[in-house]
Amino acid sequence: MSRGFDIPFARDGSVRFLPWIVALMVYLAGLALAGALLLDAALDDWSRGVSGVMTVELPPAATEQAGDIAVAPVVALLQATPGVASVKLLPRAAVAKLVEPWLGTGQAIAALALPQLIDVRIDPAHRPDFAALRAKLATAAPGAVLDDARLRFDRLFDLGMSIEVMTVVILVLIGIAAVLTTVFATRAGLAVHQNVIEILHILGARDSYIARQFARHALGLGLRGGVTGLVLAAATLALLGHAAAAAAILGPGLRLVPAITLLPWQWSVLVLVPIAAAAITYFTALATVHGALARMP
Amino acid sequence: MIRFENVGMRYGAGPEVLRDISFQLDVSSFHFVTGSSGAGKSSVLKLIYMSERPSRGVVWLFDKQVSSLPRRALPPLRRHIGVIFQDFRLINHLSTFDNVALPLRLAGESEVKVTETVTDLLTWVGLADRFEARPPTLSGGQQQRVAIARAVIARPSLILADEPTGNVDDAMAMRLLRLLEEMNRLGTTVIVATHNHHLATRMGQPRLHLDGGRIALIRPEAPVDRVMPRS
Ligand SMILES: Nc1ncnc2c1ncn2[C@@H]1O[C@H](COP(=O)(O)OP(=O)(O)O)[C@@H](O)[C@H]1O
Ligand SMILES: [Mg+2]
Repeated sequence: MSRGFDIPFARDGSVRFLPWIVALMVYLAGLALAGALLLDAALDDWSRGVSGVMTVELPPAATEQAGDIAVAPVVALLQATPGVASVKLLPRAAVAKLVEPWLGTGQAIAALALPQLIDVRIDPAHRPDFAALRAKLATAAPGAVLDDARLRFDRLFDLGMSIEVMTVVILVLIGIAAVLTTVFATRAGLAVHQNVIEILHILGARDSYIARQFARHALGLGLRGGVTGLVLAAATLALLGHAAAAAAILGPGLRLVPAITLLPWQWSVLVLVPIAAAAITYFTALATVHGALARMP
Repeated sequence: MIRFENVGMRYGAGPEVLRDISFQLDVSSFHFVTGSSGAGKSSVLKLIYMSERPSRGVVWLFDKQVSSLPRRALPPLRRHIGVIFQDFRLINHLSTFDNVALPLRLAGESEVKVTETVTDLLTWVGLADRFEARPPTLSGGQQQRVAIARAVIARPSLILADEPTGNVDDAMAMRLLRLLEEMNRLGTTVIVATHNHHLATRMGQPRLHLDGGRIALIRPEAPVDRVMPRS
């Protein structure tokens, strides 16, 4: 029936708190989810950036010629290692460019003994055996340093992943809390409206009809709370974004506040939160009423 | 139409309020159920409109053993029953129109049919100008007319009235009873529960008298008869 409700929900306080609780839950879930999405994107970036490269650093050579002689066997060794896709010795000019921010471009640099850097691209699917490679390097070129960015970031990845897992756990817990809240609110509503429910039954209403009325009402409350919570979460994220931008003006690289910019698809994931909340209130109310009425004579 | 076989009933773990009740009422009959307050009149009606189940015995209604039917089978049967309560039991936040329309809408009638039927009936009971009024703003007599309209709107084959004369004056009470008689003449089975023996006697209809949890059929102008009619 598309008309209003036969049950006078408008007059009872038993469910008046529900939209606010849902709003709070959607707000918290929204922020947690936004954090997880940002973290996931960042982990993805890092992972793509670091898993395909490593660097071999050879100690400075006295002359350019001596350097080339020392480098040759290392390049050969690397090229022979399974899992290595390509090997490239960075020319001296490129290395000088790397240290330019610290040392400038003056004469000094030309005279400076610079380390030699070998840029190694590896096949992410078949990563080389780093321990073995490190051992071979030690004999081929004492003083060579194998720097696998991946290894350094692994701990960070682990941390990031456990934060994501925790976020999922938090979302599930918030969902369970939403279910329980709806169950209690609906039970209270059933008690308050016992009289009208009895009249509806006497007039020939099915349990499903009464359950749908409760569920539709809960859906309205859930949507109202969900939209409120989402708006508040979006406002909070926007505020943090502004704060990040403001902090950036103070000085480049000065990141007092993390930059928060959600992509359109990430926003659409956030929009799912109030929709999920509304669905939870609808189906929980439906099931609660069905369960309660089925126990009646 | 209605048959009770050795029906006993108790509320929760309380004492039996009805004991070994057996009777049979035919289609298109008119009966009173009498007895002092607390004798169990309302309980008998509740068993008939299936809001309570007997704790023992069998209740037959419309040729079905309703005392053991599953819950989901009851709503369609209830739609053939109109119930009038002493306190009317209207839904206060719904308009007069929506209260009366409820049984039709619950039965899945189209809105066109609902509008037509409810408008006709409310006009007939003299409430043409109160369609939008909420029950609390109506007089007691008007509320009873709304309650009657709601009970008869879906053309039930059985009408139950529980103390229908309790909350209205005598003239109003007689008018209602005449209306029920009229509907009975048109084929509707009618049962009226009242603690007012005189009323029942004055109408010259048979009555089921409840006393001490037991029932006796009293025919008009006849002595109390403890032998139950059986089929
Ligand atoms: N819902 C109930 N719960 C417990 N006891 C009830 C309930 N309704 C009625 N009773 C008891 O059952 C007995 C019969 O009540 P009822 O059928 O209402 O009598 P009547 O309608 O003749 O006044 C009374 O003793 C009453 O106290
Ligand atoms: Mg009573």
